[in-house]
Amino acid sequence: MSDEASSTKSRRIVPIGPYHPLQEEPEFFKLTVEGETVVDLEINLGYNHRGHEFISPELTYDQIPFLVERICGICSNSHPLACVLAIEDCCGIKPAPRGAYIRTIVQELERIHSHLLWVGLAGHFIGYNTVWMWAWRYREHILQVFEMITGNRNHYAANKPGGARRDITKEQIPEIRAALDIAEKKTVMLTKAVLDDPVIRARLVGVGVLTREQALAYAVVGPTARASGVDIDVRRDDPHDAYSDVPWSVPVLPEGDVFAKAKVRLLEIIESIRIIRGCLDKMPDGPIQARVEGVPPGEGIGHTEAPRGEVFHYIRSDGSNRPLRHKVRAPSFMNIASNVVAVKGCSIADAALTLAAVDPCYCCTERTSVFEDGKLKYTGKELLRLSWQKTEQLRGKP
Amino acid sequence: MREAEAGLRALVHEVEVYEHNPKRLYIRVPRERITDAAKYLHRERGMRLSTCTGIDTRDGLEVLYHFSEDSTGTMYTLKVLAPKDDPSIESQAPWLPAADWIEREMHELLGIDFPGHPNLVPLLTSDTDWEQGRYPLRRDYERRSEQHEE
Amino acid sequence: MKDVRIWGLKRSPWVYHVAAASCNNCDIEILELLTPRYDVERFGIVLVGSPRHADALLVTGVINRKSLPRVLEVYEQTPKPCLVIGVGTCTCNNHIFRNSYNAVGPYDKYLPMSAYIPGCPPKPEAMILGVVKALSKL
Repeated sequence: MSDEASSTKSRRIVPIGPYHPLQEEPEFFKLTVEGETVVDLEINLGYNHRGHEFISPELTYDQIPFLVERICGICSNSHPLACVLAIEDCCGIKPAPRGAYIRTIVQELERIHSHLLWVGLAGHFIGYNTVWMWAWRYREHILQVFEMITGNRNHYAANKPGGARRDITKEQIPEIRAALDIAEKKTVMLTKAVLDDPVIRARLVGVGVLTREQALAYAVVGPTARASGVDIDVRRDDPHDAYSDVPWSVPVLPEGDVFAKAKVRLLEIIESIRIIRGCLDKMPDGPIQARVEGVPPGEGIGHTEAPRGEVFHYIRSDGSNRPLRHKVRAPSFMNIASNVVAVKGCSIADAALTLAAVDPCYCCTERTSVFEDGKLKYTGKELLRLSWQKTEQLRGKP
Repeated sequence: MREAEAGLRALVHEVEVYEHNPKRLYIRVPRERITDAAKYLHRERGMRLSTCTGIDTRDGLEVLYHFSEDSTGTMYTLKVLAPKDDPSIESQAPWLPAADWIEREMHELLGIDFPGHPNLVPLLTSDTDWEQGRYPLRRDYERRSEQHEE
Repeated sequence: MKDVRIWGLKRSPWVYHVAAASCNNCDIEILELLTPRYDVERFGIVLVGSPRHADALLVTGVINRKSLPRVLEVYEQTPKPCLVIGVGTCTCNNHIFRNSYNAVGPYDKYLPMSAYIPGCPPKPEAMILGVVKALSKL
């Protein structure tokens, strides 16, 4: 029995995404190394391209939030929110106050669950699977809150032009507060465990540095920018909904390494909890939807701070019920490009973590491979194993 | 008048500025002056390129450069029009890495050329199962859906 | 030999996850199954790192032009008999992407499907039920 168990264990590989053993087709992240140092990165997009901007003009403004929700399953609220902000910008209207507060609460809950997801993945990448299991376990509380208030663990359909789609009832609020209490307690514990651990520090500090100049040149956004000393946050810079009504702050760190990115995200979870509590305290009564008469001819821009950074939507209207043009720009589009400079000079054992540090969409990290002199040296799976080995070596040090 | 707006007008006299609301400005710029205008907003005024939007319009192929003045939360959108028979706008990628990928995307989905771009190859579409030269975001692209109204 | 394989399959299905042009929601929910709340390992369901070790493919997404060749390769590599289980509404009927120039699914145009688990995303309980139902067909 024990033999069976141990052989199952050694064959058990839990990948982040499917690692494809064949080498012929273009890889998403194609690293070139000399010895153990990364000298170049080639990025191939397109594996998730489904043509949202093509489909959008066929839909009505009421339908589009459902479409854009499915651009990314993790930033699932940010896209519809930015989209309805663009529509509201074009119309020149503001959402109903109670609806605005609900939108803020949902958006911040999403930030918490997304950051916890990333912390878990980062833990897995450096071989701390307990961190992964913990982070994802605590995430469950947030997903349960989502299911309670919106009806779904993901893809919440919470936003519509003029306000929110569903109300939060008095009875639900104690459960939301309880989930926040747990999230806060566990995040503080996780933060201490992660950031004080000398091996984790050794793995993350000074690794994959993106300088402030590089961050500005690539116009990166979100925690990727804030961890490189670029003090931007759409919620504060161009506030919408309830963000200027409640107290909160923006964590910014100058180092630009993976450690800074991790710390910024963990601090942001605490700020999100502050924002939600503030919203629950101050949320006004009243309708959750403002009347929208129709979208006049013109243009609208809506942007919001998704967990990964600024999500940008642009609408051009001809006065009809469907947009002439709908432009969508996800934050990872800016951030992933910066990996080209961030990963150069990295050691091979740090490469997987560096690439994941910008928090790309999960599917994006699934195909990584490493070449030397034009020949495949490591697959993505092996890259992960090298990372785990480095952690083991560091642990072994006295 | 805002400093950035005044500076832009002084640099490029032919701009036309439309203020949709205090946080949303749309500035029409002649095609040949886009690099000067973009460099001014990014280098002199510290603005961040959020993204670009390419649109196929009746008057030609339009490219919008959305610059964000994060300190005030104002979006300055530069608008450039290129005629259909010469859909080409000088690339901003050589001096602004943030423009690299989005110009590639507009090139493959709309057929806008960006001379000077270091690597104007397709970004998103398949290299084995997609004929380049088909532009899905152009108005005349044939659609499967019956609901689409022209 | 086939009976032994099927017996092994039902006892402890080794599952390989293929995502082809998905929004990642179903993919994250699949990984959720491994976390303590659902913990599918107690049913013997194990996620493996190569299709060559797989008894079942959990597939997601609408498949786009770039990812289709990869999907077909993975299926070729998976030893038969294998289950192909579609997770999410995208795998059933292309969902809201049916008019896109780039979506070329759904999976049953190319692979023999053993089960469909609709939902956007399906709840983890629904996924477990779907896998169990697919196994019971054998």
